Amino acid sequence: MSNGEKTPTGFEPRIVAFFCNWCTYTASDLTGISRLIYAPNVRVIRVMCSGRIDPQFILAALREGADGVLIGGCHPGDCHYQEGNYKALRRFKLLKRFLNRMGVEDERIRLEWIAASEGDKVQKVVNEMTEQVRKLGPLHLAPIATPEAFEHEDKQELVAAGAEGESS
Amino acid sequence: MSKPKVGFNWLASCGGCEEAVVDLEEAILDVVEAVDIVFWPCAMDFKKDDVRSMADGEMDVCFVNGAIRTSEEEEMSRLLRKKTKILIAFGSCSHMGGIPGLGNFYSSESILKSSFLESPSTVNAEGVIPKTETKRSEGILTLPAFQETAKSLDQVVEVDYYVPGCPPPVKLLKDAVQAVLENKLPPKGAVLAPDVAQCTDCPRQDTKPEKLEIKEFKRPFEIEIDPKKCLLAQGLMCLGPVTRSGCDSACMKANMPCTGCLGPTSRVKDFGAKAMAGFASIIDSTDEEEIDRLLDSIVDPEGTFYRYSLPKSYMHAICTTMRNGSGKKGA
Ligand code: SF4
Ligand code: SF4
Ligand code: FES
Repeated sequence: MSNGEKTPTGFEPRIVAFFCNWCTYTASDLTGISRLIYAPNVRVIRVMCSGRIDPQFILAALREGADGVLIGGCHPGDCHYQEGNYKALRRFKLLKRFLNRMGVEDERIRLEWIAASEGDKVQKVVNEMTEQVRKLGPLHLAPIATPEAFEHEDKQELVAAGAEGESS
Repeated sequence: MSKPKVGFNWLASCGGCEEAVVDLEEAILDVVEAVDIVFWPCAMDFKKDDVRSMADGEMDVCFVNGAIRTSEEEEMSRLLRKKTKILIAFGSCSHMGGIPGLGNFYSSESILKSSFLESPSTVNAEGVIPKTETKRSEGILTLPAFQETAKSLDQVVEVDYYVPGCPPPVKLLKDAVQAVLENKLPPKGAVLAPDVAQCTDCPRQDTKPEKLEIKEFKRPFEIEIDPKKCLLAQGLMCLGPVTRSGCDSACMKANMPCTGCLGPTSRVKDFGAKAMAGFASIIDSTDEEEIDRLLDSIVDPEGTFYRYSLPKSYMHAICTTMRNGSGKKGA
């Protein structure tokens, strides 16, 4: 990853951000144009509306190695598609209940309303979240078993079976 | 062609899937006529050694039900995989982890503790907890290891096909056997059930509003259920919209909402997450506090949305940090 300095512990959080095209994504452009520097830990994915964000995207991001997920949408009442952001809010609240049960800390998942003009808010939110997740440390999801992982043991079993006079 | 050799096996399961085989009723006679059953420990006297002594790939098809939770189940899965040409995950547990998969909300240590020490019906004065090895004067007694998480069959071995359901509808089993006999199986990896949602063929479909708006979620015992009207429109947690069809609307016809046992359609990766997306969408509120209140009316949302599929979800189980928090070393 292209992050800057390493912390003493060597952990730089990876944060995946889903930003709405009409507001937060534009705002993050503005942050750049205004030469406001924010933590390079965030990877921004542009979506057409926060209502497009399927909870599956968030879980997939965590499974693929994100330590946190940030969602940015238009302020209530301002969604380009009328109510996509309300939908995002409800999904976010429900998903958080699940993630909480799974042991994913609150600070790792964040929803923010950021208008196109609020470049400074992008900077503030990203920096704040990066620090919070840095403090939490890496996310340790339960490893998912795959058949390949068993191959090694399988060979051992074959050897054992061979000893019992079985063809392998 | 000689009769295909068929095996059935159960792992961490309740026996319901075996019941589904028996539910074939007279059709089971046709099946027995058409195939050679070479392994079926639930119904006939077969031992592991019977499988061990088979040549690799000797069985043509093996139906395996149940999740994988112990080292013994894992070993058996691998053994059967070696001995069969076509391995079919049979039922929700081997398909997605199923009900035993709900154990993935807890650490293995806390499960053992609550089952053997804390449950009100347990009498265990000496506080004995099963161990893989116990020394006795007669020698060392061994038990299979209780693993950290429950797994679906395809998380342990390669699976060729899935027959979903809790238990699988008889028709799906019949069709699967038929497909094997006629050599008409779809491409490998397929779920042998229609790839559309329950609502598509639900008899209540006409009463499902174009735009659903729910102000309160209810449980079946709390209301007088209208036997004709879409259950979701009545505020019940019907998972029909995210669940694969193939059971002939069994639950809806019995006036009960679908709980999702056939799992998702092929486009969905994480059943529970998709279900959460759907249910959150139809909540009729834009007010934060009201949304919280409405969500509170969903009893055990995690268990409801992941009833049959937690091990197959992106999360698989609770984070290892949480597991460790309960005093157990991570995997
Ligand atoms: S939501 Fe349930 S009751 Fe309504 S049409 Fe779909 S499957 Fe039938
Ligand atoms: S209606 Fe749903 S829960 Fe009931 S049998 Fe069919 S898929 Fe399973
Ligand atoms: S368009 Fe920005 S949240 Fe919908």
